[in-house]
Amino acid sequence: MTPLASSATEHRGLIMSLFGLFVVATLVITVWAGRQNRSAADFYAGGRGFTGFQNGLAISGDYMSAASFLGIAGIIALTGYDGFLYSIGFLVAWLVALLLIAEPLRNSGRFTMADVLAFRMRQRPVRTAAGISTIVVSIFYLLAQMVGAGALVALLLGVTGEGAKRWTILAVGALMIIYVVIGGMKGTTWVQIVKAVLLIAGAALMTVLVLAKYHFNPSELLGAAASASGKGAAFLEPGLKYGATDTSKLDFISLGIALVLGTAGLPHILVRFYTVPTAKTARKSVLWAIGIIGVFYLMTLALGFGAAALVGRSGMVAVEGKTPSGNTAAPLLAEQLGGGAGTTGGAIMLAVISAVAFATILAVVAGLTLASSASFAHDLYANVIRRGKVSEKEEVRSAKWAAVGIGAVSIVLSLYAGKLSTAALVALAFAVAASANLPTLLYSLFWKRFTTAGAVSSVYAGLISSVVLVVFSPVLSGSAKSLFPDADFHWFPLENPGLVSIPIGFLAGWLGTLLSKERPDPAKYAELEVRSLTGLGAH
Amino acid sequence: MDSPPITTTATEVQLIDDSEEFRTLRRSFRSFAFPVTIGFVLWYLLYVLLSCYAPGLMGTKVVGNINVALVLGLLQFATTFVIAAWYARYADRRIDPPAAAIREAHGAVVHAPRESAE
Repeated sequence: MTPLASSATEHRGLIMSLFGLFVVATLVITVWAGRQNRSAADFYAGGRGFTGFQNGLAISGDYMSAASFLGIAGIIALTGYDGFLYSIGFLVAWLVALLLIAEPLRNSGRFTMADVLAFRMRQRPVRTAAGISTIVVSIFYLLAQMVGAGALVALLLGVTGEGAKRWTILAVGALMIIYVVIGGMKGTTWVQIVKAVLLIAGAALMTVLVLAKYHFNPSELLGAAASASGKGAAFLEPGLKYGATDTSKLDFISLGIALVLGTAGLPHILVRFYTVPTAKTARKSVLWAIGIIGVFYLMTLALGFGAAALVGRSGMVAVEGKTPSGNTAAPLLAEQLGGGAGTTGGAIMLAVISAVAFATILAVVAGLTLASSASFAHDLYANVIRRGKVSEKEEVRSAKWAAVGIGAVSIVLSLYAGKLSTAALVALAFAVAASANLPTLLYSLFWKRFTTAGAVSSVYAGLISSVVLVVFSPVLSGSAKSLFPDADFHWFPLENPGLVSIPIGFLAGWLGTLLSKERPDPAKYAELEVRSLTGLGAH
Repeated sequence: MDSPPITTTATEVQLIDDSEEFRTLRRSFRSFAFPVTIGFVLWYLLYVLLSCYAPGLMGTKVVGNINVALVLGLLQFATTFVIAAWYARYADRRIDPPAAAIREAHGAVVHAPRESAE
C-alpha cells in the first residue's frame, strides 16, 4: 500500500471529521444567511452590503480554485519553473479587471454581466448570447473543480475505484446546490470568506515549515528541489513543460494570453463586484484581492519547490500512478512536514490540508453555480423568455431551479469527464471567457459605434471558435492523454485555443458592427458613459 | 426591469456627457487606464516570449540558485502590486472627486446602502 493511502486509511476518521466540521459550519452560515434573504438584490448580490475587505477575501476565495492550490503546486513540483508561469498570468490578469472592468460594471449593471452588455443594445439577442456564454464558461470551470474533487477525495481517503469518485462528485454537487438555493449570494459570499481565510492560513503554515527546513534561504530550497528532481538547473528554468517543440511554445503563448485576458471575463468573478455598495468599494475589493492572491501565489512557489525537494516525483508516482498529475503534491508535502507517513503529526497535517483543499473546491463550485443560475434566471428566463414581465419572486424562484438544473448537468458531465485534467479544463474556461466575454465587455463600455449585431457576433464567434478548436485539439483525441485516446480526429495542434479564438472574438465584434446597417443610439451610449464613470443612477 | 430609468432624463444625460467637467473626468480615466493597460500587457508578453525563446538569458544565475527567470517572474508580481497601488492613488485624486461633484450637481443619490425596498 502506498504511504498516503495507508496513513489515510488509518486516520480516515480524522480527515472525515475535519471535512464534516467544515460542511456543518458552512451549512449553519448558509441557513443563517438564507433567513435574511428577501429581495432579488439579496439573492443575487448579497444585499450589496459587503465591505471592500470582505469582498476582497470573497473574490480571492472564488478565484483560488483547486487548480490554483493543488494544480500549480503540482505542476511546479513536477516540471519546476513552468508552473510558476500560471501564477503570474493568473495574477497580472487582475489589472485588467481593476483598470477597465470592475468599476464601470458596478456602476452600470445590476445583477449579471449581461446587464452591461445589453445596456444600450436590443435586450433579447444580447442577453441570450451572454447568458449562453456565462453558462458554458461556468460549466467548464465547474467540471474542472468537480473532477478534481472526485480524484482528490478518493486519493486522500485511501479509497480506490470509480465508486468513491462518483459518490464524492455527487456529494460536492449536492452541497453546492444547497449553498446556492438556501444561502443565495450572502451565504455563498460568507462560505468564500471562510474558505479564503482557511486556505491562506494553511498555505502560510506550510510555507513557513518548508522555508524553516532550508534555514529560510530560498536559494537553498531551490537547490534542493533542483537536485531532487534529477534535472539540475533546468528545473529552475522555463521550458521543461512547454519548451520542447515549436508547437508547445505556441501552446504556452496561447495559454499565457488566455490567462491574462480571461479573468476579467469570468462571470462568477464579475458578479462579485455587485455585492458592494459603490464603485469605489468595488475598486477596494479588487485591490485587496490582488494583495491576497499575489501573496498566495508567492507561497505556491515555496509549496511547489518544497514538494519537489521533499516529496519528489517518486512520492507522487507512488500515490497517483505512473503519470502523476501533481494534484497530490500539496497534501503529500503537508504529510512530510508534519513528520512523514505513519506519524501522528503527518496524519494531522495531511488531514488539515486535505480539508482545506476540500473547502476550496466546495466554495468555488458554489460561486460558479450561483453566477450561472443568476444569469439563467435574470437574462434568459426573465428578460428573454418572459420579456421582462415577471415578478421578482418568480425570478428568484427560477434562479433556484436553475441552480438545481445546472448542478445536475455538471454532476452528470463530471462523471464522464473524469479523465480530463483540472488544469486543462480551467485553462479552457479562461480561453472561452477571454474570447467571448472580454471583447464584448470592452467594446460595450468603450466603443461608441458598437451595435447589437457586433455584440452578438463577438460573443458567438468567440464562444464557438474556442469550443470548436478544443474539440479538434489533442485535449479530446489523438494523444495518450486525450479524453478519447483511441480516437484521432484532431487537426488543431494546440491544447489552448486562445491564440486564435481571442482575436476571432475581437475581430467578429468589429466586423459585425461595421457590416450591420443598424445605427447605434448615441443617447444610450452617453447614458452608459455617464453612469459607468460617475455612478449616477447606480443600483 | 433592466436598467431602470436614470433619475435624470435622457437629454439631461447627454448634456452631462457633453459638459466640460465630464469630458475632463473621462480624459483623466482614459489617459490613465488605456496606456497603463497596454503597458502591462506588453511587459507580460515580453516575459512570456523571453520564457519561450531566450532560455540562455533566463537561465543565467543572478545569486546562488536564483536565476534571471525567477527574478523576472517576481518582477511581474512587483509591477502588478505597484500599478494597483498607483491606480488607487490616482483614482482617489483624479477620478473620485470629479465623479462625486457631477453626481451632486445632478442631484442623484448614488446608491442607498441597502436595496431592500427595490
